[in-house]
Amino acid sequence: MEKQHNWPLWEIFIRSKQGLDHKHVGSLHAADAAMAIENARDVYTRRMEGVSIWVVESKYIHASNPDDAAAFYDPANDKVYRHPTFYDLPDELKHM
Amino acid sequence: MDSASEKLFQDKVDQDIRIEPKDWMPEAYRKTLIRQISQHAHSEIVGMLPEANWITRAPSLRRKATLIAKVQDEAGHGLYLYSAAETLGISRDEMISQLHSGKAKYSSIFNYPTLTWADMGAIGWLVDGAAIMNQVPLCRASYGPYARAMVRICKEESFHQRQGFEILLVLSRGSEAQRRMCQDAIDRWWWPSVMMFGPNDDASPHTAQSMQWKIKRFTNDELRQKFVDVCAEQVKLLGMRLPDAELRWNEERQHYDFGSIDWEEFWNVVNSNGPCNRQRLAVRVKAHEDGAWVREAAVAHAEKKIQYGKTA
Repeated sequence: MEKQHNWPLWEIFIRSKQGLDHKHVGSLHAADAAMAIENARDVYTRRMEGVSIWVVESKYIHASNPDDAAAFYDPANDKVYRHPTFYDLPDELKHM
Repeated sequence: MDSASEKLFQDKVDQDIRIEPKDWMPEAYRKTLIRQISQHAHSEIVGMLPEANWITRAPSLRRKATLIAKVQDEAGHGLYLYSAAETLGISRDEMISQLHSGKAKYSSIFNYPTLTWADMGAIGWLVDGAAIMNQVPLCRASYGPYARAMVRICKEESFHQRQGFEILLVLSRGSEAQRRMCQDAIDRWWWPSVMMFGPNDDASPHTAQSMQWKIKRFTNDELRQKFVDVCAEQVKLLGMRLPDAELRWNEERQHYDFGSIDWEEFWNVVNSNGPCNRQRLAVRVKAHEDGAWVREAAVAHAEKKIQYGKTA
């Protein structure tokens, strides 16, 4: 009987105000999406921290592997020329 | 491999690079954190009980609304921490059954009774004050989910302490009976609060390892001293006194000296022989069992909706 109680885990994302991204704030257990949203309101927005809530069942989140981080992000490592400050330009040049 | 991983891990910790759930970590670090975080979560949950007793008897609507909000925060804090602990690979059910079986501990402070309304003030001022002293440094703990939970908790905890001090302040300016009630609550809560920081450093063998891992940032005695120093000044504003004949400013140390702690009482309460240990656990277990049908019904409802092809 006890095993029936295992409500799945949900990841909670909150938009703190209009114009900003939803941001991951934590997780909680709920029987379904509607309950996850209501619980998220009570757990994560007791002080007006949010105007919009997304919930995603944790099992649907796929993540990159931290053990591969060095190789995985390596392609971006040696490309400083992607940044505007890489270029030598005279100080007299304005509005650029 | 393991010693190389271990070195990489400790290097990250030393550089204040946070450890995240999927990163490699020593088994002992994982186990210690699970114990520490779940114990803290249990304390938040059990901590609701002594205060919930006073919701119906709060002296005004304002106090009642405040107390409900505070107890609700504590439920929230428990949930943040349970979630953080779950990222280390323990299930919620497992933690709850450890609490209910007595295998897991929670803060001993909640095994003391709340006898008068003034206790709500003393808990906010002293108990939450001691908790804040402990928790603020943990916002920089090495484990990411734990540190993030602590940031959230500390932001909310400040209201708890201030409302408690306000309760005592009002009583301290009240009638003779109210002033006596205020002093009585301080007398009963002071020493248990001082004990909240745990055994003295020389009796705390795991401190060095925990500090190296940065899941503890100050020793028990350092935090305790800080707490005594702050409270010894704050109590003057109440026109009350702390129940310690040996409490006095030490000019040389630039700290307050204080009397010795009754460690026998401390260990008695830790080992389930405090005034309310059995009652607290019994109430907690009953609430869980009484709620079983709600949990079952919610699952049945969710399954039925899936069956009928509806979402949310």
